[in-house]
This record gives sequence, structure tokens and C-alpha cells, in this order.
Amino acid sequence: MTLVKTTYNRRSFLKTSVLAGGGMMLGFSWLASCTPTPEEVLNMPKEWFNINGFLKIGENGVVTIMSPNPEIGQNVKTSMPMIVAEELDVDWKNVIVEQAPLNTDVFTRQLAGGSQSIRQGWQSLRMAGATARQMLVEAAAQQWQVPVAEITTAAGILYHEKSSKSINYGEVASAAAALSVPEEVQLKDLKDFKIIGTSRKNVDAKKIVTGQPLFGLDYRSEGMLIAMIVHPPAFGLKIKSLDDSAARNMPGIKDVFTIKTYNDDYELQWSDTSAFPEMAVVVGNTTWEVMNAKKALRPEWEPIAPKRTEADVFGRKVVTITPAELESSEMHTAKMAEMAAKPGNVLRKDGDPEAAFKRAARIIERHYTAPFLAHNTLEPMNFFAHVTEDKAELAGPIQTPEFMEKSVAARLGLPLENIDIQMTRQGGGFGRRLYGHFVVEAAIISQKMKAPVKLVYTREDDMTFGSYRPAYHVTYRAALDAENKLIGFHVKAGGIPESPIAANRFPAGSVDNYLAEDWTIPSNISVGAWRAPRSNFIAGAEQAFLDEVAEALGKDPIDFRLELLQRAQDQPVGENNDYEAARYAGVLKLVKEKSGWGQQSGGAHRGVAAYFCHNSYVATVVDIAMESGRPVIQKVYCAVDCGIVVNPDAAINLAEGGVVDGIGHALYSAMTFKEGVPQQSNFDKYRLIRHSEAPKAIEVHFVKSDIDPTGLGEPVNPPIIGALANALYKATGKRVYDQPFFTGNQSLG
Amino acid sequence: MAIFNLNINGKKQEVDVDPATPMLWVLREHLDLVGTKYGCGIAQCGACTIHLGDIAMRSCVLPVSQVGNQKITTIEGLSENGDHPVQKAWLEHDVPQCGYCQAGQIMNATAFLKANPKPGDAEIEAAMNGNICRCGTYIRIKAAIHTAASK
Ligand code: FES
Ligand code: FES
Repeated sequence: MTLVKTTYNRRSFLKTSVLAGGGMMLGFSWLASCTPTPEEVLNMPKEWFNINGFLKIGENGVVTIMSPNPEIGQNVKTSMPMIVAEELDVDWKNVIVEQAPLNTDVFTRQLAGGSQSIRQGWQSLRMAGATARQMLVEAAAQQWQVPVAEITTAAGILYHEKSSKSINYGEVASAAAALSVPEEVQLKDLKDFKIIGTSRKNVDAKKIVTGQPLFGLDYRSEGMLIAMIVHPPAFGLKIKSLDDSAARNMPGIKDVFTIKTYNDDYELQWSDTSAFPEMAVVVGNTTWEVMNAKKALRPEWEPIAPKRTEADVFGRKVVTITPAELESSEMHTAKMAEMAAKPGNVLRKDGDPEAAFKRAARIIERHYTAPFLAHNTLEPMNFFAHVTEDKAELAGPIQTPEFMEKSVAARLGLPLENIDIQMTRQGGGFGRRLYGHFVVEAAIISQKMKAPVKLVYTREDDMTFGSYRPAYHVTYRAALDAENKLIGFHVKAGGIPESPIAANRFPAGSVDNYLAEDWTIPSNISVGAWRAPRSNFIAGAEQAFLDEVAEALGKDPIDFRLELLQRAQDQPVGENNDYEAARYAGVLKLVKEKSGWGQQSGGAHRGVAAYFCHNSYVATVVDIAMESGRPVIQKVYCAVDCGIVVNPDAAINLAEGGVVDGIGHALYSAMTFKEGVPQQSNFDKYRLIRHSEAPKAIEVHFVKSDIDPTGLGEPVNPPIIGALANALYKATGKRVYDQPFFTGNQSLG
Repeated sequence: MAIFNLNINGKKQEVDVDPATPMLWVLREHLDLVGTKYGCGIAQCGACTIHLGDIAMRSCVLPVSQVGNQKITTIEGLSENGDHPVQKAWLEHDVPQCGYCQAGQIMNATAFLKANPKPGDAEIEAAMNGNICRCGTYIRIKAAIHTAASK
């Protein structure tokens, strides 16, 4: 049994009150656990003690869980309340999940809806449910005049076996609310879980399949105007002048003007990243009218000057120098090759890698690259704002409301407490909605128009005004001695503008002589987190390289990885290896078993890969066949260790999505530039994977685990790219090094 | 501006709009039917799919002036209580992730199943290829279409 404290330094994470119409209300901190490490406490914002989740138990026994987390597609709106309901010990059928309401002072939100939500919320959600349950038990004990220890609960009912008494939670809820919050509560044993570990359906599914308004783009209010932007057509340009004479007189148009997103003296936060902080704006009555007027604008553009920016990245000051030139993809490729040929910054060095490479009998050296990628959430960026003299009400799809409230307050010159951001359901995120410049833009436009405004990006605006996945390049070298042993490993990776390397990850720790270096190239193309940042490239490259090394050594690719992991487990090389070798090996063994690795695979060509990132371990086997030069993904096997699985079917859905996403982008997608102009601006040119190209079947297997749950939104997508590359090699006899692997109508092999 | 008398989800509706306005925006902004989604505006993603008669159409490229008196069905009018076999199959397979593409997927699938009630895998893939799901729910969509077809 686990006991948890409900207070930290005499401050409670919980508050209770009697519901107006009778019943109990428990307020709690959605993401704050009371068993933090000392370092975590230091970094814990004080808002974490704020109440931002609510649990209501009505007199009729109906339980309502109000979640501050918006839904972005990872099913947290279902799975997080399941955790509360588990500890509360109620029947899931009697639970209603609601999104936290608009315009409330009590809700504070942090980073919302990311793949780490489950990991962060696990303790606090369990504690909230357990506390409410404990208080109900105490209330029943008082009413029946029996010891607390003699009371049991099941499915929302309290029992006293000796006297054969039972009572519904709802009937003692008001009494329970009057008790003081226990300082310590007991959590369930994992073996007693009844809800966690069972599949529960998405609580919003019915609304989705019937087309109810849920998303930011669906938001509307009385008298609302529509606004759209016209931003520079190229990175490296800014607006010089605007001839709006034609647009201004078009039907339904209210105003045309230019805006500047941030004040000159404002210190940017990381979430303020904006490719184009100055732009033209058209405001009118309807989307169609504004779209037409946009085309009639005659702006003139001029080159930007090189710029130095300082941004606050989680308390760390980061200085960026942005060059001014108009960049092209060919130029990027050439510059990356040039950097790769030079020595990089040494990040980690074990043993004597130089000597190992000198005495090697064979050296394998390979280069891998990947292009910029747009996020392409299917719902384009948009936001609603209603700014009046003294306050701002905003609503829409954003993952960083807490941060963007600060940006809006600073820009409008209003006190922070007068800014309210409501989060709607989000039509995909993948990292794009961490960067909320569009929230500030909407607020500025509403302030200027003195009216409620919905800012809407067209697909073209969205795709060409990105915070892209950076372009990357990595060089791998392996030194093999005459006895066919791997004696040295060298990774040198870089990108525009950041490096994808994680120097302490596998195979660091498994090779005696190891060297990791990085380099970067500055750019004016704006980048940001993109599903499984950095791992989304380096995992695939590393796993494809290990496949070549295994082949050169004449070893089975799974056995080869297991050998290295065994070494890392028994006699780890160096310090700070940031993975658990046994769990890593665990997913490889599971995928080996489930895929029947090494047995006949019915004519399919197989590839395997494994990776650890975002706190979860994933191994994948892909079976492909070639049909007229095109890869057909016949089957994917996925073995996942993400700790306890809260909602298995939803987790499988998410893993399937990660597989499709990884395969799709590696095979088909790229964002390229010419003279600073994004060359893909809609889905006719930007290739996303489609139905007929998706894997025909995906099997997902979870490692049985008692470890606290970790996220699943990100870690499935990186290794699949390596497995795909390795399967393509088996199918065609040719290795692929440059993403996307399949462009245009070309055939592979 | 011109007046158009439309037949939407079995109801007569009158709108006064620019004749070139795509049905997508007429539905979303003039009739408050926001279930039909905007994804690309150029008939590439399928998020805006509606039925014109029995045929699936991309409403983002369908000017209101071309509709005439043909019946339009949107996701909101597909069934009385969300109990169309395709909607039920979608719930059974718990298809949606973010959910944004799903109205378009369902509208495309229902029109397709009407024309081809017992489709094979390849036919489903071909028919659904114009509907992008950025979250990657393709496998579940296919399974749900098979389930709906079997009912
Ligand atoms: S919005 Fe019509 S097909 Fe994309
Ligand atoms: S469920 Fe998100 S786009 Fe399909």
C-alpha cells in the first residue's frame, strides 16, 4: 500500500466545499504531486498549488470530473479522469467528464495536453480520488458510529459488512465535504485496479461523429468579425508598405491594417516564437469575403536585417542570431555537408575513440539527412479574442495558455489577471500549438477593432508561417577490429538551426570508445518542437546505421542490439547513460517474440528498430512488400514499455497514429525553400500519407509493468523510421539515407 | 449578393450571399452548421465533405450558385440521433484522435457505402484516399467501414 501526503510545507493540494445543491466538491491541483524530488520542488511554479481540477459528487451519486486539460487527440480527457475515478472507487458509468468552464479565476493552467500529461498527473489525480474516497468513508463511519477501518467501498457504495449496512456515496457527500481534508491518504494496490488498465471509450466521441461545435474554428460569439493575415512570402523578408485601396472597398470588409506582434522592449518567451512578427491584416464580416480581399492587397516587401534576440527558455536566457539572407534548400544541404566535414563540439567522450578508429580493421561511415517539416495540424491556426477597455477574453486551440496570457497582457498593456484564455478542443497539435503568436495577433486585432474577432489562418498561411521541424544531418562512424568486434562509435550531428543529438543515449554506455559531437547552422526559418523533437530524426538514422553495422558483423540485428544492451547493463561505459538497458532489451525481446522474428515472414521484407525517448521504450518490426516500385506496408509490430497503461485501446490508437505518422513523413513529406519562399503551401504539394499508403495492419503489445505511466504521444514515431529504412533495404537491396525516402513518382529499388 | 433557397438536412434555408461563396462557408457561417470542416480549401483533404444528393462532394470548392435545388446533407443531418450505422461503427471502433477530420471521413464513407455496400479493402482505400487524417487513424477508419458494411 502506498501512503501519500496531501500537503507540502503545510500547503494543501486539496480543498473541499459543500456543493450548492448538496453534495461534495473537491478541488485539486491537476498536475501537482506531493512526492516531488527536491529539485522538482525548486522548479515547481507556485501555481502548481493552485486548484485547477474539480471533482463533484452529487447527492444522486453522479460524479463529475472537471478537467483543465484540453483534448488535442491523445485522449487525455478520458484517460486522466479514469485515474481519479479509479481511486475514488466509482463505477465509470456514473462519471461525467467536463472541460473546465470559461471565465473563472480559480483555474490556472500550465502546459496543457502534451504527451507528458499522464506522467505529470498520475500522482495528483490518484491522490484527489483517494482523498475524496477517504472523506466519504469517514463520513459514513461517523454516521454509522463504526470504526473507519471496517468500512469498504465498491462502485460508488460504502459498506459496513458487520452490520450489513450500505450507503451510496451521494448520500454522505454533503457530510463528507464538511470534514477536514486528511493529511495522508492511502492509494490502491495496483492489483485492485478496476478502471485503469481497461479500455474506455473517448468521452467526446459522440459529439465528434455528430459534428458538434468543439474546435477553436467552430467558436463564435455575437457580433464577431473574421480576421485574416497576409505575411511576408519569404523568410528573410518583412513588410515595407501596403497598398490596400482595392481591398478596402470590397464587400464585407471592415478594415485593413498592419500589426506588430510584440513591442520592441518586450523580452520574448520561448512560446512567442513567430516567423513573421509584422504582417498585414484584413478584417471583415465573413471568411469568404476576407479571403477575397486578401488577394486584392498589394503589399511591398523588403529584406530583414540580421537580428539578435534574447528569449527566456524556462528561466534560461538564450541568445539567437538570425541571419538575413534568403535561404534555399540546396544551400542548406551544401552547408550541412560542409559542417559535417569539420570537427564539431565534443559533447561526450569515453575511452580513446581516435585510437580505436586508428587501429580499426574496418570503418563504416554513413550520412543521414532529413528536411524541414510543417506540423500541418488538420485544423489550421485560429483564435478568438474579445478585448475591451479593461479586459481580454480569448478562446481557441492553444497548449500554452499560461505563457500566452503573459504575452497578451504585456502587448495590450492590461493586468495579467484581466486576461482569460479558454481552451477549446484542438484539431491536432504535434507541437505547433505550443507557439501562440496567433493568440497575441487575435488580441491586437480585437483591440483595434473594438469588437470580438476570430483570427483564421488559411491552410496556406498555416503551412508557410510555421515553427518547422528543423532540417538535420548526422554522420555515424563505427570502428570494427580484425576479430569483428565493435571497438569504436562516433556520432556527429547537427542541423538548421539546432542539433538533434542526445549524447547520453544508447549506444553510449555500450561501446568502450565513444565520441559524440554536434554543430549548428543559424537560419531565419523559424523552428519549434515537432512530435518527438530531435528523436524524430536521430532515432531512425541511428537505428538504420546499427542495422548496417550488424550486417557488417554478420549478426542478426536484434541479437546485435541485445548484446550491446547486455554490455550496457553489466558493465556500463561512462557516466550519465540516460536509459535503462533492461527495459530497452525488454521491448526488443517482446517484438521479437510477437513478430516471430527469424521465422518465415510470408515473402515480406522485414526491418527492426528500437528507441527510448520521452520516458518510454518502443521496438518495432515492419514488414513491407514492393509493388511496382512502391512500398506496401503489410504489417507493423510494435512493443511498448510506457509503464502502466491507463486506457489500453486508446493507447493502441495513439500508437497506431505514431506509426502512420512516422512512416508517412519519412516516406513522403518535406518542406523545402527557394529564396526563402516555402515551396509547399497546401496538400497538393505537401505530401501527407493517405489511406492506401497506410500500413495494412498494426499490432501493438505492451510490456506488463508496475511503473508509473509515461507518455505515448511521441515515443512510437521515432523508431518506426529506422525499421522502415531497414525493411526498404531488405526489399530493394539499397540503403536509404535521405528523407523523404520516396519523392514524386519515383520508384524505389 | 444573391438569394439562394437551399434544401439542407431536409429543411428549406434561405441565404443571401455572393454566388461564388463555397458551400463550406455558407454552412459554417451563414447557417451555423460547423460540423463540416475547413482543412485546405482546394479539394485535397476531404474535411469539408458533404452529400449533394447521394454523392460525396468537397464543399470548399462547391459554389452555392451550383447547388440549385439538389438536397444537401451535412454531418449534422446524417441521422436523427447520431445512430447512422457508420456513426455507430465509428463509436464501436473508437476511431477519433483529435477528431477534426472525422466528419469528412464519415460523410465520404457513407456515400461510398451507399454506392458499394460490400467493399473490399482496396476499394475502401481508393474511395477514402481523398480524406487526410493527420492523426493517422486510417486503420480504424477501414475497420469501421467494414463493420458498418456488415450491418
Ligand atoms: S477543405 Fe475541402 S477538401 Fe480540404
Ligand atoms: S483524427 Fe485528427 S485528423 Fe483525423
